[in-house]
Amino acid sequence: MEAGNIRTLQKVAVTGIGMVSPLGLNLSESWEGLVQGSSGIGQISRFDTKGQSVTIAGEVKGFSAADYLSRKEARRTPLFMAYALAASRMAVEDAAMPEGWTRDARAGVYAGCGIGGLEVMDENFRILAERGPGRVSPFLIPHFIGNMAGGMVAMHLGLKGPNLTYATACAAGAHAVGEAFRRIRDGYADVMLAGGSEAVISPVCLAGFSAMKALSTRNDAPESACRPFDRDRDGFVVGEGACFLVLENLEKAEARGARIYACIEGYGAGCDAYHITAPEPEGQGMAACMEAALKDAGLAPERIGWVNAHGTGTPLNDVCETRAIRQVFGIHGDRLSISAVKSMTGHLLGAAGAFAAGVSAMALFHGVLPPTRNLENPDPECDLDYIPNLARKQAVAAALTNAFGFGGTNACLCMVSGSGSERGNP
Amino acid sequence: MSVEDKVRKVIAEKLDVDIDEVVPEASLVEDLGADSLDLVELMMSMEDIFDVDISDEQAEKLRKVKDVIEFLEAL
Repeated sequence: MEAGNIRTLQKVAVTGIGMVSPLGLNLSESWEGLVQGSSGIGQISRFDTKGQSVTIAGEVKGFSAADYLSRKEARRTPLFMAYALAASRMAVEDAAMPEGWTRDARAGVYAGCGIGGLEVMDENFRILAERGPGRVSPFLIPHFIGNMAGGMVAMHLGLKGPNLTYATACAAGAHAVGEAFRRIRDGYADVMLAGGSEAVISPVCLAGFSAMKALSTRNDAPESACRPFDRDRDGFVVGEGACFLVLENLEKAEARGARIYACIEGYGAGCDAYHITAPEPEGQGMAACMEAALKDAGLAPERIGWVNAHGTGTPLNDVCETRAIRQVFGIHGDRLSISAVKSMTGHLLGAAGAFAAGVSAMALFHGVLPPTRNLENPDPECDLDYIPNLARKQAVAAALTNAFGFGGTNACLCMVSGSGSERGNP
Repeated sequence: MSVEDKVRKVIAEKLDVDIDEVVPEASLVEDLGADSLDLVELMMSMEDIFDVDISDEQAEKLRKVKDVIEFLEAL
């Protein structure tokens, strides 16, 4: 018997959000950029892109690890770990957690990470080739493995509850948030930090994604390169960053007077079981995942007002996701508002689903839906309302957040505004 | 630059401590805050800078700043 059947289900609130993104070094800068429809995409500054077919990315700009770590740690800590720590600290601060909250030994960290400390592996492959195994860094392994972001967050904040990392590619951050939501809902914890981080803007990674023909090659126009649902889209743009959320048992959050951004009420996970990278063409796996999230939340599709789409800007994803939304929502699909925020940030990969979850909570809280930038000529096969180019002021009672990853792995979160009481369901 | 000066400079840089703290009697672990991974990295730096090989057995005996200096001076 599942724990959910023998325990009272708890409601789960988002009470804190921290972000490091190509649009800014914190939540307010990132959100402001999204609402303005700004672009965080530009020419890659971090390394020489000579010989690369793609020269653009969504880099985090102006980040200083020393703001969050000792100088020694700051110098050697890979970015995906530093971003995670920064976002986590800001999320905890944003939630105004009471003194001593980490003494709760059930409070843990669920993190998403698609790849890990690639720059460390990159450098040590070079060292191995040029100077031999005796010169490979003792920090290679601890700084490469993907779970070290969650490990570092726990270490710095003192969180002794379960520390799990989901390596489900571009859906990882959403899986982390969804699984943490379930942990609180099922009564195993009252507080969780959940999110994702990724930083792989490196020569080998860029070359790898390029070889798949997955990336936009619009090098001369970086800000208009990522064009989800547009007729002229030609691939995604690699981004980086982190987002962590403080999730709390709603009752306890309300008792301490916490600000509630939104509540998570449902989570779906599943797999296309179809192809290593291509989504199943009819979007059946994506649709099943959205349906699972709705069912988990006990909401009819008609209650959803907005879908924060995976919307990568690849030719395949956007058509499949549109078909999946049509399949789930039928005629109600015409009344949905849909956003693709990767048009502005690029694809944060393992952090993307967590970033999207943070954006969804903000959108529900503020009643403002970020736009889909660069949507000028909609693909005839993408026939929904994607909020082209200008943010929309619209109060939404319930929303879905999609994240789909290589390996056919899918995740969907269902959030409601406020404490969820106004939705009229029991 | 003398061996002592070089050693102190490398230790200060690698462990991110003030060079004034890197006195001969200082313990790398207890006084200067090195962990086991720091020590491995530190010995690699010494090997590079002084163009020597330091075996694991030798490295284990180098606990204080003066141990490192004396070891390298003796080579």
